[in-house]
Amino acid sequence: MTFDSNAFLIIFTGALIAISCGFLGVFLLLRKMSMTGDAISHAVLPGIVIGFFVSGSQRSLEVILGAGLLGILSTLMIDALRKKAKVQLDASIGITFTLLFAIGIILINLFAYKVDLDQECVLYGEIAYLPIDLWITSSGLNLGPRITWLAGVNFFLILGFTYFLFKELSITSFDEQFSSAIGIPSKGINLALMSMVSYTTVSSFESVGAILVVALLVVPPSTAYLWTKSLIPLLRLTATLGILIAILGYYLAYWIDSSIAGMMVAVAGAFFFGSALIKGNWPLGLRGTSKSSPAFDS
Amino acid sequence: MEDFLYFFTFQDPSITWVVLGIMLLGIGSAYVGTFSFLDKKALLGDAISHAVLPGICLGFVLAGEKDPRYIVTGAFLSGALATFLSSWLKQHTKLSEDSITASILSVFFGIGIVALTAIQKSGNPEVAGLNSFIFGNAIGIAEADLFLYGGLSMAILLVLSLFLKEFRLMVFDPGFGKAIGFPMKGIRFVFNVLLILAVVIGIQAIGVVLMAALLITPGAAARFWTDRLQPLLLLAAFFSILSGILGTYVSFVLPQMPTGPWVVVFLSLIALLSFIFSPKSGIIRRFLARRNYLRKTHKDHLMKALFKAKEAHKERLTLEEIHALYPFHKKEITHSLQELTTQGLVLQDSQGIRLSTQGNSDAMRIVRLHRLWELYLNESMNIAPDHVHESAEQMEHLLTPELEAQLEQRLNYPTLDPHQETIPRDTP
Repeated sequence: MTFDSNAFLIIFTGALIAISCGFLGVFLLLRKMSMTGDAISHAVLPGIVIGFFVSGSQRSLEVILGAGLLGILSTLMIDALRKKAKVQLDASIGITFTLLFAIGIILINLFAYKVDLDQECVLYGEIAYLPIDLWITSSGLNLGPRITWLAGVNFFLILGFTYFLFKELSITSFDEQFSSAIGIPSKGINLALMSMVSYTTVSSFESVGAILVVALLVVPPSTAYLWTKSLIPLLRLTATLGILIAILGYYLAYWIDSSIAGMMVAVAGAFFFGSALIKGNWPLGLRGTSKSSPAFDS
Repeated sequence: MEDFLYFFTFQDPSITWVVLGIMLLGIGSAYVGTFSFLDKKALLGDAISHAVLPGICLGFVLAGEKDPRYIVTGAFLSGALATFLSSWLKQHTKLSEDSITASILSVFFGIGIVALTAIQKSGNPEVAGLNSFIFGNAIGIAEADLFLYGGLSMAILLVLSLFLKEFRLMVFDPGFGKAIGFPMKGIRFVFNVLLILAVVIGIQAIGVVLMAALLITPGAAARFWTDRLQPLLLLAAFFSILSGILGTYVSFVLPQMPTGPWVVVFLSLIALLSFIFSPKSGIIRRFLARRNYLRKTHKDHLMKALFKAKEAHKERLTLEEIHALYPFHKKEITHSLQELTTQGLVLQDSQGIRLSTQGNSDAMRIVRLHRLWELYLNESMNIAPDHVHESAEQMEHLLTPELEAQLEQRLNYPTLDPHQETIPRDTP
């Protein structure tokens, strides 16, 4: 067990990503849109590939733009399938993300000779290489790991997003009709949230991979939701979980020599199932004689 | 063209095998998926397909090589655990279904990635093949494995066809099934087993992420063409086979192209075409129906306005007067006016607009329906006279001649409506 600057950087970055994802995830959870978040994180793939192809680099603005556009497109497509074609919601999500993901893989194979983009790297990334991947300015100044900067910028963006739009986000999450009635553009807020989700997915996919972003979007908020129902404690608990997950995930992965991002998710899963065991409504016989109030809220 | 003939005459046994394999997998998952689509649990299949990854790794570690029996068993077990956990969480926590599905999916996949990375770092040379589970490799299915997968697929089809009635009950009315004595829990258990099996064998060909498409899309597309279960299943299977063959063909002609994603693209294409063009409930069909209905209501309103003017002994109305009556529908009124004039129901001259003889009788009918319905609501439903107008405003466009006759008979050919206005009739 060691603690050096590399370990600190990885844990710090992991925690930043986990907290940013968690904050967005809380609102997705409250809107019952967790699977939409999942769908977006798959659906950005073609955008990433096209952006990559156009700019020739994984780190360009084009990649982020492409992914953002595809994220919004997938939200709109899910909505259109549901409202215009009257397909039930779960099927609309399933059809949308599989189609876009398939197109993404086809594009990767199509451009395989021209771009060095690995489908595995997009899907499950690798945070362990973060300390090597430095941001060096043209004058040779070493500014530290690039991904940490990216995660930091993303973190402050999302912090700002939730802080300034807090009222709008919470009202639209709890009562969409009321929010429309008092003049909040609920559709616009929704689209803004979805674009933040796609932006987070794309800025994190290098480090934790597209699919594991979903875990960080969904699992910590769900875990926190088992313990509390109020919004502010929910956000606080999610952030705490994010930090814990980053620390434990790093050391466990270090210990068995495996994927750090994967281990972060496994730790998140352990917290989740543990909380479900503690807070779940057990049948009367198993609940024992604890003084906790019987669950009226099932 | 040569490629086309070569492919579709199935001269090459390896093509035959691949196509056969894709078809068997496709039919099996289309059948199971259609049921879970109707059950509104379409994304459970997606969760299961991500959740089998840890099991695949476990099977690999235990066997030490890519032995399909170990891998299928391992995958099945972790899929079963995921299914069990998601139904347990649904029953015992306050979490909503979609956050449970998303959590299970990502946690299991994360654990799978941990296991996969650990195995890869162990340096086993066989490990390269494991990645094919994530992205699928239809061409890579060996002939020997095909018998295992094909056999399982046939078994799924057989069970689903034998117990069609039971599964139909599970999907459409489990409460009724329970009441007449069917073991609904057992039936759901068997269905979950089939679903997991279908996912486990499908993943070989199409991969973890795209498996959901094989389950959801055929059923969703077929649903737009029929309301009956058996044609629905057959149609879903047909869509699945068709896109399976097309996908294999593309990857045969362009060898660098993967099969699975192309199958999904063709499936989605079929689905999108169905959503748009289906004559039953497609987007175009519903758009036209709505437009025609709106046009009819605007025409009806225009004729009603002219008729009421006539009742007030005013033979003609000017365009401005009509516009003043419907200030928000000026464009539509102009359009209806043109249509009614060409139909000969409305006459226009320099002094204004008036109804023709035929138009007068049509307009009279609309007003009659409106007032009959008001009277019916007032007399038979005991609704106060000042509350009946809104409903009548809608029903006047919808009542059929048969219903009109019934209303007349039931109300005994009344002369006055609740607002003491005459119910107009053609004098014979």
